[in-house]
Amino acid sequence: MKLPTLREVGVEARLLLIGIPVFLWTMIPIYHMFLFAISPKEDAFSGKLWPNHPTLNNFRIVFHQEHYFLRDFWIQFWNSIVIAVAAGALTLMIATAAAFAISRLKVPGSRWVMNLALFTYFIPAAFLAVPMYRTMGNYGLLNNHWSLILAMVTIASPYAIWVLKQASDKLPVELDEAAVMDGATIPQLFRLVYVPLMMPSLVAIGTYAILLAWNEYLYAFLLLSKDTEITLPVALGNFLAADDSPWELLMTTGFIYALPPAAIYYAFKRYMVGGLTAGAVKS
Amino acid sequence: MAITLSASEMPGPPLSARLTTPQIWGIALLTPYLLVFLAFVVYPVCYGLWLARHPASYVALYHDPIFARAALNTLIFLVIGINFKMMVALFLSGFFVQSRSWIKWLSVLFILPWAVPSIPTILSVRFMFNPEWGVVNTLIFKLTGEDGPNWLNDPAVALTMAIGVHIWKSLPFWTLILMTGRLAISNDLFEAADVDGASWWQKFRFITWPSMQALYLTCTLLSMIWTLGDFNSVYLLTGGGPADLTHVLATLGIRYLRLDQLSLAMASIVCALPFVLPLIYFMMKRLSR
Repeated sequence: MKLPTLREVGVEARLLLIGIPVFLWTMIPIYHMFLFAISPKEDAFSGKLWPNHPTLNNFRIVFHQEHYFLRDFWIQFWNSIVIAVAAGALTLMIATAAAFAISRLKVPGSRWVMNLALFTYFIPAAFLAVPMYRTMGNYGLLNNHWSLILAMVTIASPYAIWVLKQASDKLPVELDEAAVMDGATIPQLFRLVYVPLMMPSLVAIGTYAILLAWNEYLYAFLLLSKDTEITLPVALGNFLAADDSPWELLMTTGFIYALPPAAIYYAFKRYMVGGLTAGAVKS
Repeated sequence: MAITLSASEMPGPPLSARLTTPQIWGIALLTPYLLVFLAFVVYPVCYGLWLARHPASYVALYHDPIFARAALNTLIFLVIGINFKMMVALFLSGFFVQSRSWIKWLSVLFILPWAVPSIPTILSVRFMFNPEWGVVNTLIFKLTGEDGPNWLNDPAVALTMAIGVHIWKSLPFWTLILMTGRLAISNDLFEAADVDGASWWQKFRFITWPSMQALYLTCTLLSMIWTLGDFNSVYLLTGGGPADLTHVLATLGIRYLRLDQLSLAMASIVCALPFVLPLIYFMMKRLSR
């Protein structure tokens, strides 16, 4: 075995000098949350790096809804799931159809539609939220899950269309021509040629829209207000209203809430990184 | 594209006769998105602009010290915060492209802030800095025997921390994007530079930077536009406090909305448009090629 030279050790040390702060910076807020989740109330505030008596009791309290703030935990969890899945599915349908029309069928005016979608993509979310709130009120959708689902579809679909268009522009035109030669109709072309070939991008976009809707706080907090209608992030925000908030339970709920998106992200990572960063920023 | 353009310029039979079956299908497939766009983008935007039509709202904004402070905070957030974030992201992208197995593992962890929702982690930071029970002040007390500062009660510190939370959350994403930019540079260039005995700074200055410049600028502008809409970092950490001194435009609009001053909310957003629209126009030029 070859001993590392002084120069190599120097390079490694410098890399560690960057790596260690990056690790601490990234992990401290997450570890702090985890620590609260496994600490009994007395230990939580002691400032220790590991509790004297780690416990899963907090999780038990949350799952059994044994606290005033948590009495609707399961229904809020369910609301989050329904809204994320519905927004993901709708975005996927609308965006795939639009990208197919723009990129494969070359509909007249599709460049315009693309530009409109891009424009929407660039409107800062909080700016659109103000008139969106009133619009939903005018439509009579406030406090209805549909308001949040449709708002999420509105926000997610421009980017979805754009990424899908970029990806489908790369499919060779000859494929479509060959299928049409063989007598394929447009719906067949869509179902049998386009969708199977686009699968990786579709997975990426579906995941993107689901995560976006699951993570959304601002719109959820504006559009939904009844305790049994709100999603988990809004419920977490409501903890803050009280001075005597049970932090360890808040952090436990937050930890449970953060797990599904993290799991989904890592499960679909290879689709996400390839599918999303390729389209995310074109230099 | 060229063909469709010239076709539409030609005088010819009425539109319905010129449409082929694929085009009819195409229009049908575009309709769902167009409906969503009309109902939830065009209508709200027009309605919002209509609400913001009264000159009195702008006079009221002008006399509201919170608005001036929020505009200043937003400017600090964008100009200092985002530029700092992008420089760090550029630097870290160089770190993460090093081929070491431990750096691979670190990059998996590094993406966590981006992968988890912002609410729990921002609240976690908020608790860490709680003056009485937070872990930071507990440690300060243990080590020095003195009470730590009341972090979030100082507007300058609180705003800095809100920027920090924003950076914590979005740094991984931009680092990832800039990494793809770095990985696209041909290795031959670096090998040739090594042969010529170039220093790392010369390699960065003459190889990396010229090929990443455009991407870096695009990322910075995009991040600025999106950060204008970043409500969570400020609202969940400081709630705009102390004394409404840490609001940014995103939280201020919502604050007016909650106070039922809708025309003020819209007016504050309209005031930002002269700065936002050129950015959006520029971005669309870059991306819609």
